[in-house]
Amino acid sequence: MQIRSVKLSSRLRMGAAVAAISLGAVAVGSASSASASSSVSISVASLVPGATAAATAQFNNQVKQFEKANPGINVKSVQYDWTAPTFAAELAAKTLPTVFTVPFTDGDSLGDAGQLANLTKYVKTYSWSKDFDKAAIAEGTDAKGQIVAIPEAAYAQGLEYNRNLFANAGLNPNDPPKTWAQVETDAKAIVLHDAQVAGFSVMGANDNTAGWILTTMADAFGGRMEKGIGAKAVATFDNPGAVAALTFDHNLRWNDNAMGTNFNLSWGTSNQAFAAGEIGMFISGSDVYTNMVQGFNIPAGIYGLAALPQQSSGSGASSPGELGGGTLAAVTPFASKAQIAAAVKWINFFYISPLVTKAGAIRNAKSLDDDNQPVGVPTFPIFSQKIYNQDLKWEEPYINVPETAFAPFNKSILKDNLVPEPEAATQAIYGDLDSVVEQVLTNQNANIPALLQAANSAGQASIAQASASS
Amino acid sequence: MSTAPQPAGAAPKRKRVRRTPATWVKRGGLSKFLFLLPLLLVFGLFSWYPIVRLVMMSLQFTNLVQPAKWIGLANFSEVIHDPLFLIAVKNTAEFAGLALVFGYPIPLIISVLISEVRKRRGLYSALAYLPVVIPPVVGVLLWKTFYGDSGGIGVFNTILGWVGIHPQEWIQSTSQAIPSLVLYSTWANAGSTVIIYLAALTGVNRELYEAASVDGAGLWKKLWHVTLPQLRTILLITMILQIIGTAQVFIEPWLFTQGGPANATLTVLLLIYDYAFGNSIGAAYGEAAALSLMLVAFLAVFSLIYLRATRAWSTS
Repeated sequence: MQIRSVKLSSRLRMGAAVAAISLGAVAVGSASSASASSSVSISVASLVPGATAAATAQFNNQVKQFEKANPGINVKSVQYDWTAPTFAAELAAKTLPTVFTVPFTDGDSLGDAGQLANLTKYVKTYSWSKDFDKAAIAEGTDAKGQIVAIPEAAYAQGLEYNRNLFANAGLNPNDPPKTWAQVETDAKAIVLHDAQVAGFSVMGANDNTAGWILTTMADAFGGRMEKGIGAKAVATFDNPGAVAALTFDHNLRWNDNAMGTNFNLSWGTSNQAFAAGEIGMFISGSDVYTNMVQGFNIPAGIYGLAALPQQSSGSGASSPGELGGGTLAAVTPFASKAQIAAAVKWINFFYISPLVTKAGAIRNAKSLDDDNQPVGVPTFPIFSQKIYNQDLKWEEPYINVPETAFAPFNKSILKDNLVPEPEAATQAIYGDLDSVVEQVLTNQNANIPALLQAANSAGQASIAQASASS
Repeated sequence: MSTAPQPAGAAPKRKRVRRTPATWVKRGGLSKFLFLLPLLLVFGLFSWYPIVRLVMMSLQFTNLVQPAKWIGLANFSEVIHDPLFLIAVKNTAEFAGLALVFGYPIPLIISVLISEVRKRRGLYSALAYLPVVIPPVVGVLLWKTFYGDSGGIGVFNTILGWVGIHPQEWIQSTSQAIPSLVLYSTWANAGSTVIIYLAALTGVNRELYEAASVDGAGLWKKLWHVTLPQLRTILLITMILQIIGTAQVFIEPWLFTQGGPANATLTVLLLIYDYAFGNSIGAAYGEAAALSLMLVAFLAVFSLIYLRATRAWSTS
């Protein structure tokens, strides 16, 4: 009886196993065919790590809306923060989300090196593809003319200032500095009132941000770090604007002692220190207020933004300008065709439709406002000026950022000369300039022209390397 | 047909058994192979294959996305002609030198002192080892506060202020940055070496100390004439391990300064990291591989010379 039962159960088990394998094969087959025909999964860059719960909830709501409007596309949001040292490794290791963002500086270089998916066919199906500002779409177009990244935001550099620290030091928060001499005077006044804070701060970290801010200041002093484009570009670090900018930093650091004690700040840590009330003034993009709210819960009312002072550095200098930049949305080169199609749909929904359609603009602005996220932070047109103005009107009812905070910037920025970032080997050029800034901030006897000349050779080598690798 | 004479006393020739897969299995070849297989797989996958890939990559241009191009020794040439290469070598040598001068004797002194105390030896050993169990990121964050790099004047400058010394810039100064990193590194790593020395000290014959005492030797003479000679093998091993470790210093400069200020703490390993990951378009993986191989070659040659030079000393 026992033996018989064993035999029976063996047969049953074998039969069940055969059935299970057959059913499994059928199930797998039908799942793969269903997945190929109707369902696709993509991951998308969401917010920077450490974003507030409200910002995360707002983003997740957008994902739900997208999935509802696009049945068959499953979206997984992934926290993302572009940094030069991690980006290329994450890309090669396939750990980036399907859709991510890169700065204007890297779009065409990555495309030329085959590191981004070709989006041309998918982008051309949208009417807005013809309306891009030519300079903006050029940043996401490779040497073969293929669209490898889609511009989604543009900004100009500005002078971020803490209105509270201004008021405490007896300065008028509605009248931020308009000249570099005033920046110095105000920085000294802030430090005189509170020696624990930095009156004026520049990014000094060895992660390309120090070089980026030096380039910004050099432009504002009438200098240019590079001339020409591509393989023909020439590094021109030793220009009168760069010398003036570094001399300004050196003076505030060593003579005025108005730059605090931390000379190793980067983009994120500058925002954090500013939101914590440790910095009176610093230079960054006109759009960083969003990060300060989402990442650091900046207290309402302390934020102020002004345009950078524009000052010529005499003979041999170019005209002063405000450095501009922007962000591109791109897709991993490892994505399948179905994923690329879904990714471009997401880019259209999340990044582009709020800029070009009334429904998209209102949906985005209302959703942000409902979750107390900033609406109305100054950006720059990536499409035509007409489309940009229309978009501003659509979102006007939802603008919730304090008007007084941005008034000084908005008042003067349109009059200023906007200057693009260096075209060739941009991030490498910034990296070569990092150590110059660090020397000036940490060595009282730094020889500024000699440092710039030495860095210029490295910069020229970086341009040569970039042109060889593309 | 003649038979060759067998030498007297020689064992008769064994009958040759023909080797077949069956005999190999029968003699335990398969089970040996199966026991060896996991080791071969793990080493092959995680050690040997990456080494082979590294050598290949040093001769290629690749961004790890598109197919690699063979470019001969161009990566090595790029590295040697890079102005940062010599800076990195100089900084690494400075770190290794300072760590040897200051960081190397300290664990020995601590372990001798601990071995001399009669009570609570376990507690002192645990205290000496404590920094080793603190994760490096936490330790560095703590020391950043000490150095005043996280805002404020810092713990060390506050203490210096009590005795009338001006605040120092520590890791934000081009001249003080490397010594500051050595200071942290000594604090963080001394505990491991202390434990090794304490273990070695228990192996020293107590009679030698008693004999030295009878001969009138004090603490210093006992240390010089008994302890150090008895520990010389372990001392030579810890020295070469320290040199190899400090030649590959990465965590300290990366977490404290990212190689700054003004490349003052850029070390060879940090330069390798920068080649591999510092460029956002990932164009220098080959150079990173080339410099890695150069470092390996240097350390291998150095270790050989060191072991040959100290062979006579290390044998008792």
